[in-house]
Amino acid sequence: MRSHNVNLRSRASYLGLKQMAAVALLLIGLAGASSAAYAQATEWQKIPIPALPPFHPAEPKRVELPNGMVIFLQEDHELPLIDGSIRIRGGTKSEPAAKVGLVDLYGEVWRTGGTKSRTGDELDDFLEARAAKVETGGSVDSTSLGWSCLKGDFDDVFRIVQDLLQNPEFRSDKLELAQQQFAESIARRNDNPAGIAGREAAKLVYGADSPYARQAEYSTLLAVKRDDLLAWHKAYLYPNNMIVGLAGDFDAAAMESKLKAAFASWSKGPAAPKEKVEAHPAKPGYYLVSKDDVNQSNVRMVAPGIERKNPDYFAIEVFNEVMGGGFSSRLFLDIRTSRGLAYAVGGGIGSAFDHPGVTRFVLGTKSESTVEAIQAVFSDLDDVQKKPITESEIKRAKDSILNSFIFNFDTPDKVLRERMAYEFYGYPLNFLEQYRAGIEKTTVADVNRVAAKYVHKDQLAVLVVGNPKDFDKPLSTLGAVTNVDITIPPPPGEPQVGGTGQGSAPGSR
Amino acid sequence: MKQVVIRALILLSALTAAAFAQDLASFEKRTTEKVLPNGLTVVILERPEAPVFSFFTHVDTGSVQDPMGKTGLAHMFEHMAFKGTDKIGTTDYPAEKAALAKVEVTYAAYIAERDKRIDRDEAKLKELEKAWKDAVAGAQKYVKPNEFGEIVEREGGEGMNANTNDDETNYFYSFPSNRLELWAYLESERFLHPVTREFYKERDVVIEERRMRTDSNPVGRLLEQFITTAFQAHPYQRPTVGWMSDLNSFSATDAQAFFDHYYIPSNMVVAVVGDVKASETMPIIEKYFGRLPSRPTPDERTTTEPPQNSERRVILRGVAQPFYLEGYHRPDYRSPDDAVYDAISDLMSNGRTSRLYRALVRDKKIAAFAAGFSGLPGNKYPHLFSFYAVPVPGHTPQELGDAIHAEVDRIKKEDITDEELKMIKTRAKADLIRGLGDNAGLAQQLAIYQSRYGDWRELFRSVDRIDKVTKADIRRVSNATFSENNRTIGINETVKAASQGGAQ
Repeated sequence: MRSHNVNLRSRASYLGLKQMAAVALLLIGLAGASSAAYAQATEWQKIPIPALPPFHPAEPKRVELPNGMVIFLQEDHELPLIDGSIRIRGGTKSEPAAKVGLVDLYGEVWRTGGTKSRTGDELDDFLEARAAKVETGGSVDSTSLGWSCLKGDFDDVFRIVQDLLQNPEFRSDKLELAQQQFAESIARRNDNPAGIAGREAAKLVYGADSPYARQAEYSTLLAVKRDDLLAWHKAYLYPNNMIVGLAGDFDAAAMESKLKAAFASWSKGPAAPKEKVEAHPAKPGYYLVSKDDVNQSNVRMVAPGIERKNPDYFAIEVFNEVMGGGFSSRLFLDIRTSRGLAYAVGGGIGSAFDHPGVTRFVLGTKSESTVEAIQAVFSDLDDVQKKPITESEIKRAKDSILNSFIFNFDTPDKVLRERMAYEFYGYPLNFLEQYRAGIEKTTVADVNRVAAKYVHKDQLAVLVVGNPKDFDKPLSTLGAVTNVDITIPPPPGEPQVGGTGQGSAPGSR
Repeated sequence: MKQVVIRALILLSALTAAAFAQDLASFEKRTTEKVLPNGLTVVILERPEAPVFSFFTHVDTGSVQDPMGKTGLAHMFEHMAFKGTDKIGTTDYPAEKAALAKVEVTYAAYIAERDKRIDRDEAKLKELEKAWKDAVAGAQKYVKPNEFGEIVEREGGEGMNANTNDDETNYFYSFPSNRLELWAYLESERFLHPVTREFYKERDVVIEERRMRTDSNPVGRLLEQFITTAFQAHPYQRPTVGWMSDLNSFSATDAQAFFDHYYIPSNMVVAVVGDVKASETMPIIEKYFGRLPSRPTPDERTTTEPPQNSERRVILRGVAQPFYLEGYHRPDYRSPDDAVYDAISDLMSNGRTSRLYRALVRDKKIAAFAAGFSGLPGNKYPHLFSFYAVPVPGHTPQELGDAIHAEVDRIKKEDITDEELKMIKTRAKADLIRGLGDNAGLAQQLAIYQSRYGDWRELFRSVDRIDKVTKADIRRVSNATFSENNRTIGINETVKAASQGGAQ
């Protein structure tokens, strides 16, 4: 009901990954809570629900090599496939401010630039003929190399994986190609209102210069040279910085031998730095990005959230389910169902593994109801105090989390990915079990306590991306407004164009 | 011993025909279908990997069936299918039913006055609007909002959603396997006793969806204009989400009539995949879904799009970055050449070895992305094979169009290579295998194939059709399809903000 998927195919293919993530977050955020009396016995409640059969998902085998490499092996014999991934510590968080974009370029050119003995194009031909994939990428705290192949092709494909780890070439023509494509995404970044909102909201939470918010510009992108990519590889690509995971149709003991033969002789290197990044939030208030080719406002009300290590995390998860977690959440019920003000609405207290997440309340509403919708969310936030969360709301939220808990580990691949994430962030490998126990233990008092502790409407930065000439009331009726300029700085040596926030593209005029 | 077996397997080619056939046979063996006496088709695939299941309800009706002047109605009903039943979502259904009837009477009176061509009485209009809104408030008193969704969520439902496109409407989620009977109840009740409550507020939500996807999205705006231009007679020309004036006009009565006409058992397929036993599940599904009343299959014949005999072009000027799109009419999915189009799409678009990537992105360096694909805006009726490309800074949509045409000319004039043809066929098989490891994806595929071909086995035979494609087929179909007069072009052209009169 949330999407009519007309033309989804073409749309999905051109949206950048970050934009897709933003859309996904928005959709995931759809939620709310009902105070409807649930006790009344109706027809459906008479349907028996037998006990769920006991289910113990296959646990991946964990192997730690003397050189520090950690390997997880997950057998899954249903289909003749083997998939693997390697996550390496060090990401955009650690790139220099003058070269923002370095890790993204590294993540692209690592693969497209080929190895000493084979160009990227030759790898493409070899792999595509086998319907196999080997891809690399970069993110905020890591880079990665992943692959997928039919099991009979494993040795051939794995040789390429090893070659990329040991002998990448980062050919210059592919760096230039990646820079050109990256420039396109900079030029296009003000086309999509939700993309603008996500990006600018991150700056309001973490600070514009924070590694969690800063963005590449033409100048930082063009500052990246081939030597920077080689230097990055040399600084981070060591077995002690890597977590390797394989899932598929193999024998774990045989695969362990194979991986040991491939990796055991690799020497340890310097550990990747573990820098701690603090949030530097903007002061609460109203922030406006004016965009005159839209008839809907993207509203994001944001503040720093918490780390998952925080003992309040489990109560916060229950709170989020009550507040913004589905059809029966308070925000969905009020903003969408009752008021008809938005299609996409949701939010909650954000969390992340190793830094504060983003607390956000998000919606899209027609220009003519922008201020009305913001006030409606405020009123729902006030209600958290005025109409404390009830036992029945908690019950619904916990039922929803616990009854669907099985979907966290219903495939061997999901179990593997969970374990790899816990290993990477230094969480206990049974964190999922702790999570279940934490949710079960959470009480109404816990949820109301965390709501009071973490949700403060006067501490939110309220960002609106919209067309202010059509707003129901000026945003300034709510408070002081800071105009946010999203003009894209031109490439070095090109003149600035007018301040509509559209910016110029290099060489486009 | 095991090691020896593994080594022996590795010696074999990755995709021996025998191993491939064996994998598919294993899935086929575990699949059962049954047509219930009321015409509903049920497909069950046993995949006991974990105690969960996914379902997919496919209704073979979409926005193509929207009545004139009521575009967006199929999608609107899809939203209403989350509003509950006569037992779910209400505190007192008999009272609510009467109140909802009043909403419809007052709305009809309001709309009749609003839409008068002459002699509209503004004072009366205000009164009628107030009467309607009062009636809405009166009905609202009986609503337990979102109770249907709440039940699914609290019982552990995962990924609950639905979608509507030009061809069909789909409903889906996953449940722990012990909720099978509960699911059968909920999903059948939803189509046995739907209640179109809270219709007019939900219509506002849908209008916001239109603003988000189409009006405030530069490529959304282009797509709508492009499709409207490419189709002049067939209902594919109309947007699934609906035109704004229709969204502001149609009623809950219209949505109910649409449901009554098109949501009938013979027009629906339900697929269930996961930790279920067909022998136990089929009787449960029969018990609940067998209650849906049998009605005649609706006449879904439509105007056939006449041959296009001149190039058409749509240019949207605005502050958005440039974008290039073009489409050529092709026959529907039942065409014997359907697999040939799939092969062309794969050849032109799939990965870094694709023709368009290598020409436009790698060699000419004029595009950040380029691809060609079937299925715009649907594929049940004759539709478009489309190409699109995103220019890198400094290059124009026109250059992209020229470069795409050069590649299209190549496949019209020269055979593709043996390696390319082999790669296409290998990838089709591997993609099919990769799709088998997911309950939700399998349920979707089985339901759609059952509906489209009348036999879910066609899913597993799809690679046989690709396997038969020859180089000559690709040339023949390309020559038959990719001609100037059969082409519609859509372009987003960037103009400087100062000279822009305000997009839309």
